[in-house]
Amino acid sequence: MTGMSSFLESVLDPYYIQVLILLGIYIIAALGLNLITGVTGMFSFGHAAYFAVGAYGAAILTVKYGVPFSAALITGGVLAALAGVVIGFPALRLTGDYLGIVTLGFGEIIRVIFLNLKITGGAMGLAGIARDTSIAIVYILVLVTIYVMYTLQNSRFGRALVAIREDDIAAESMGINISAYKIKAFAIGCFFAGIAGGLYAHLLQYINPNDFGFAKSFEFLCFVVLGGLGSIPGVILGTAVLTLAPEFLRSLSDYRMLIYGALMMAMMIFRPNGLLGGVDLRRLIFKNKYEKQAGRGTAAGG
Amino acid sequence: MFEQQIINGLTLGSVYALIALGYTMVYGIIQLINFAHGEIYMIGAFTGVMMVTVLGQGFFGSIIGAMIVCIILGVLLERTAYRPLRKSTRLAALISAIGASIFLQNAMLLWKGPQPVGFPQVINDAIYHIGSIEITKIQLIILVTSAVLMALLNYIVKYVKIGKAMRAASQDYDTASLMGININSVISFTFALGSALAAAGGVLVGMYFNSVAPLMGVMAGLKAFCAAVLGGIGSIPGAMLGGIFLGVAETMGVAAGLSTYKDAIAFTLLIIVLLFKPTGLLGKPIQRKV
Repeated sequence: MTGMSSFLESVLDPYYIQVLILLGIYIIAALGLNLITGVTGMFSFGHAAYFAVGAYGAAILTVKYGVPFSAALITGGVLAALAGVVIGFPALRLTGDYLGIVTLGFGEIIRVIFLNLKITGGAMGLAGIARDTSIAIVYILVLVTIYVMYTLQNSRFGRALVAIREDDIAAESMGINISAYKIKAFAIGCFFAGIAGGLYAHLLQYINPNDFGFAKSFEFLCFVVLGGLGSIPGVILGTAVLTLAPEFLRSLSDYRMLIYGALMMAMMIFRPNGLLGGVDLRRLIFKNKYEKQAGRGTAAGG
Repeated sequence: MFEQQIINGLTLGSVYALIALGYTMVYGIIQLINFAHGEIYMIGAFTGVMMVTVLGQGFFGSIIGAMIVCIILGVLLERTAYRPLRKSTRLAALISAIGASIFLQNAMLLWKGPQPVGFPQVINDAIYHIGSIEITKIQLIILVTSAVLMALLNYIVKYVKIGKAMRAASQDYDTASLMGININSVISFTFALGSALAAAGGVLVGMYFNSVAPLMGVMAGLKAFCAAVLGGIGSIPGAMLGGIFLGVAETMGVAAGLSTYKDAIAFTLLIIVLLFKPTGLLGKPIQRKV
């Protein structure tokens, strides 16, 4: 693992390594949000808050209590999941945009609390975090996240979430306990945001509450919507495009963010369902196999 | 002291209300959270400054100039960023709105730089005393201007034909279009009205705090949106009530020593209200059908 990291670090420019690690971290967080917003259909405009809980949780544990990185990372994730449950319970009464605005509000409240707490370093931020995040660790965790998400989405649990997204009243009348499923989806999504946050803190070595404002939450939301809600490859593509776009636009220096905003509008206008929304990759790849099966089916029927 | 804080809160609240009206009217018709609305307010404030410094206008000139520029901008924004997405999912339109917001913010950052610009003094800083309360001339102007604009809006929405069309469209979009209402022009008109109110809010705030900056629309827009949701999104009296309520609560909170938590007050209130009234203070209950 360390061998792979050092190999990559000797081949690639440190700056690109940093960007690639950040991309991996954002993919983990975005896949978490995808479970909440893409699969279950709950608006969450405060994902950066759980990311912040994970970042601060893990960083405080390693810096102030000397906890090993791996344990701190998992604790950060669990703390974020707990925060998700705490927020999820009252939010269950709300739907649609009201849920969105409440999560946005919670996100801002958490940011302001971190700004005022002593243990988080307040507005000065938390510095002196060890750089424990390496490209190998991040991408192994990306693979784990993809595997977990894929398994979840194709399980009874995942199908229940999709049923809730499509029609919650119909889902409930089919015997799905909506509240329990919604809370679980929220907690799992937030857990991954927390893990990503812990990795982020141990990459940048310095965190500040203002890094986790609603702008960050909307960035995560954009990754998910732009890639294609509910589609795992879509979310990864969306995250890659939006994380790497500012890097490719770097030569435009001052106009970078201007073009980034215009790009977001244009991409939504031309691909309103996201880059890979409505594209079934499995069907695309195994096209022939599916067609053969379908052909056999009709032949047998006729 | 208490009365004084009420006056300060009302001043802030009436500006929140002016911005919140734009959010609520647009939401009422096309169910879109127009995240670029805060940027319209910011551009209104900048236009107000330029009306004074470049064109040498006074108070009325600057407010009317800002309204005209923002009406054009608001209608253009709807045409380019939202109209192509009207049949798409709500999140797609939302992302487009966020993109528009980033675009406008950075356009102004490039043009004006990140430093706040002072608002040239067009109103003298006279102070009036009513009993123990002090009220500055600018506070009085903010209160009167907002009251006049809201009364005008109320008149347009209630009695003018296009206002009636707006209400019809917000009740039932499809039926309204079947009744011969030109939905596109109603939506354009809604954006124009909302943008004009936001522009007025921007100029008034610029004069009040004597500072205009490219990022001023972010927090103001977010809080005004909170105010709209607090009052019940889609409801015009709700937005007015929500704005005033939020302004007073925030001023009171700061006076009570919570200034470091200032930005959290609005959101905490919002969450508390939504827990008890999930559709806001004056919102209609959502009907759920299978």
